[in-house]
Amino acid sequence: MTEVNATLAKSFGLNAEEYAKVIEIMGRTPSFTELGIFSVMWSEHCSYKSSRVWLKELPTKAPWVIHGPGENAGVIDIGEGMAAIFKMESHNHPSFIEPYQGAATGVGGILRDVFTMGARPIANLNALRFGDPALPVTKRVVDGVVRGIGGYGNCVGVPTVGGEVNFHPAYNGNPLVNAMTVGIAAQDKIFLSAAAGIGNPVVYVGSKTGRDGIHGATMASTEFDASSEEKRPTVQVGDPFTEKLLIEACLELMQTDAIVAIQDMGAAGLTSSSVEMAGKGGVGIELTLDNVPQRETGMTAYEMMLSESQERMLLVLKPERSEMARAIIEKWDLDYAVIGHITGTGRIVITHKGVIEADIPLAPLSDAAPLYRRPYTETPKPAPLGPISSDTSLSTALLKLIACPDLCSRRWIFDQYDSTVGGQTVKRPAESDAAIVRLEGTNRALAITTDCTPRYCVADPEQGGAQAVAEAWRNITATGATPLAVTDNMNFGNPEKPEIMGQFVGAIKGMAAACIALDFPVVSGNVSLYNETEGKGILPTPAIGAVGVLEDASLARGIAIAPGQDLVLIGATTGELGRSIWLREICGLETGAPPLVDLAAERANGDFVREQILAGKIAACHDLSDGGLLVAVTEMALASNTGADVTQVDTSHAFCFGEDQARYILAVEDAEVLLTAAFAAGIPAQKIGHTTIDECLTLPGGVAISLTVLRDANEGFFPTWFA
Amino acid sequence: MKAGILLFPGINRERDMVLAVRQSFGTEPRIIWHKETDLSGLDLVIIPGGFSFGDYLRCGAMAAQSPVMQAVKTHAARGGYVLGVCNGFQILTESGLLPGALLRNAGLRFLSMDTLLKVERNDTVFTSKYGKGEVFRAPMAHGDGNYTADDATLDRLEGEGLVAFRYHDENRNGSARAIAGIYSPNLRVLGLMPHPEDLVDPLMGGTDGKPLFDSLAAA
Repeated sequence: MTEVNATLAKSFGLNAEEYAKVIEIMGRTPSFTELGIFSVMWSEHCSYKSSRVWLKELPTKAPWVIHGPGENAGVIDIGEGMAAIFKMESHNHPSFIEPYQGAATGVGGILRDVFTMGARPIANLNALRFGDPALPVTKRVVDGVVRGIGGYGNCVGVPTVGGEVNFHPAYNGNPLVNAMTVGIAAQDKIFLSAAAGIGNPVVYVGSKTGRDGIHGATMASTEFDASSEEKRPTVQVGDPFTEKLLIEACLELMQTDAIVAIQDMGAAGLTSSSVEMAGKGGVGIELTLDNVPQRETGMTAYEMMLSESQERMLLVLKPERSEMARAIIEKWDLDYAVIGHITGTGRIVITHKGVIEADIPLAPLSDAAPLYRRPYTETPKPAPLGPISSDTSLSTALLKLIACPDLCSRRWIFDQYDSTVGGQTVKRPAESDAAIVRLEGTNRALAITTDCTPRYCVADPEQGGAQAVAEAWRNITATGATPLAVTDNMNFGNPEKPEIMGQFVGAIKGMAAACIALDFPVVSGNVSLYNETEGKGILPTPAIGAVGVLEDASLARGIAIAPGQDLVLIGATTGELGRSIWLREICGLETGAPPLVDLAAERANGDFVREQILAGKIAACHDLSDGGLLVAVTEMALASNTGADVTQVDTSHAFCFGEDQARYILAVEDAEVLLTAAFAAGIPAQKIGHTTIDECLTLPGGVAISLTVLRDANEGFFPTWFA
Repeated sequence: MKAGILLFPGINRERDMVLAVRQSFGTEPRIIWHKETDLSGLDLVIIPGGFSFGDYLRCGAMAAQSPVMQAVKTHAARGGYVLGVCNGFQILTESGLLPGALLRNAGLRFLSMDTLLKVERNDTVFTSKYGKGEVFRAPMAHGDGNYTADDATLDRLEGEGLVAFRYHDENRNGSARAIAGIYSPNLRVLGLMPHPEDLVDPLMGGTDGKPLFDSLAAA
């Protein structure tokens, strides 16, 4: 037997001070299994020890919020007695070590967080960041991640309806895979994880437990180095077929009154699920591991408690309903095992082969978990870009921008994801700024998006954090939906470095300001730190997932224009080129300050646009973001193969490619009507052109490019890369 | 027409199929668990898409061994109607109710996009509401849709008019002779890869798939 001491604790990720606290709580040297339990519960991944004090700054309440952070996922009221349940979660570290399984199990994990609360998952999205496309490893990771997301999502039959992808060398050794699931439940049928009822059986449901993923949560809480390949065994293996059975079995069981509490076994598996369920319920729990379904022989208590085998759930049932529950679970060919019961002791007691392997008081395990207010240095405000010009023609610049990896068509990716299963997908990927999924049997639909602009965040975390929230809000607004709430996925480097912690703090401040100004509370989230390889951190990436509602799905607007329409720009343009894609792709610079986020203008412009859409006055709408005005017009033209003429607008690169915020392009029958309404509302608006019957885009100054040329440029990158 | 929809573990497009049937038939289809064996009273048995048994052995191979499939064979032998879509098509070929097999897509990637299908004949119970030679749009979503059979079988299918639909725009999955769907010799069993059931509502982008269900409803 390995001796338990400070050295072993260190190898488990606990520092000397934390180990001393373990001994103080236990009043003795912990057993090997106990040390394992402490180390995963106190890992960054499970305890949020570096981020908790700052996450409290985010607004989490609104009249439509039913459950905010603290549950498996956030829950909001979407009308007609229904609730949307959603969350985004990272699977970054595993996706670098083993891209297919890392991404696949990321999807599986977030699905479980949602259906464990009683929701049928209706949409998956993702937010992906990869390294330099010139590196062979990037290609391998992109391929594996895309296949993994598709392999899992397609099989479980939840449509993958949206997402975003960025490339930057800062992600070379540390790609980000953030997966989001949205589910729907009746508001009076929401299931929580707090255990109750002394003597009630604790039931294990799902796949058998193996040795995969042991200490995965600890791995996700450290930096990477050259030995990371050796960590491959800590990556879990996904089985989407079993997940599909688990979804159907749980939803069927949830139609009965058998369940007292339910929680998926995610990070830190049986440990975190049992500790959290008993802890939240203020009770105790006793587990007999001999009864845990196992797919390998000779597993120890430590291995079973720390395994992250996938597709498993832990339930507390009413004893008189347990046989009925067993029948439902076994109908779906899943393992059902009573592995323990709820006690009144306030302790978790683990028995294996007649030996007590762990006996830990629950309250201090969570309450005394380390909490760090880590020192931080604010990111210095970037100097403004200053005057800049380019000799490149508008047409050359446009063709280069729409072909670059960050702006090119994502068709090659989303063509590998089933986006229509369920029969409720009103707007598929790239058809609108946010995906639109109808709620079966109603006229209502949800609008869903994921957004973040890391190149802004690295320059100015506070502006970048605010911008990520604002862009998500804008993307939902551009479909006509009312933005309701946010889930956040905070991806950062090593929090023990003050400048990294400064990025985190800045992003939180910006996000909080935007969420407050836009009535857009945060209801769930996930923090992924230590995204560093060989000491180099990623760009700070506070990815935002957001949900809005449309009462009448038929009012949802996409970006596709048609002949005979005027194009109107809403919002003020000063020509912000700092940190723009234009600056990077045309001038080779990543400098300056990101565009100013004026939250009052964002709110006013967005509310005006939504009002116009819901009044049925707008044919198409597209928000302006990466690449600015001409890129947005191009995307609108390509979406329907309809030409557009914007000859009359300002020919400066700043006007054409600046990334000023709070802007939209609207396609309307008659610009004058819209301009009059905008003037009356005090909203900046100008006519920028009109659509045409010839299949080309006529640029400011009069140069025309055929849509075929634009499409070839826009759609070339991925197919060529993977040819 | 009374329809039943088979449910195997891992099937995931049964809800889409229920909506399409409900809309065209005006009645509720019966959901049939794969361990049931009584199909009495049904005119039409539908096998929807998904990943039955995870597609782990070979697409459709394990479902073909489920108890309900013996009843489906009896139903078909009696002249009953059978519609298999995507995984349902794969299950029909694995059960021997239709000839040939569906291999991995030629490009070895999952394909999810709209495709155009050409209606080869409109004198069947499945296609009477389409025109002969009509081209319609249908979403496809599969990793294994590459239809394959030996030349003699393909010649026979073509010679006997048993090709139901062909890919009209692009044969993305590499199917032999661009075949997207085939009939049994009595024209009462149809298997096809794309999903007409996902395009029956203008809100979802069109109603191109609706005539197939309207045809069945009118039979």
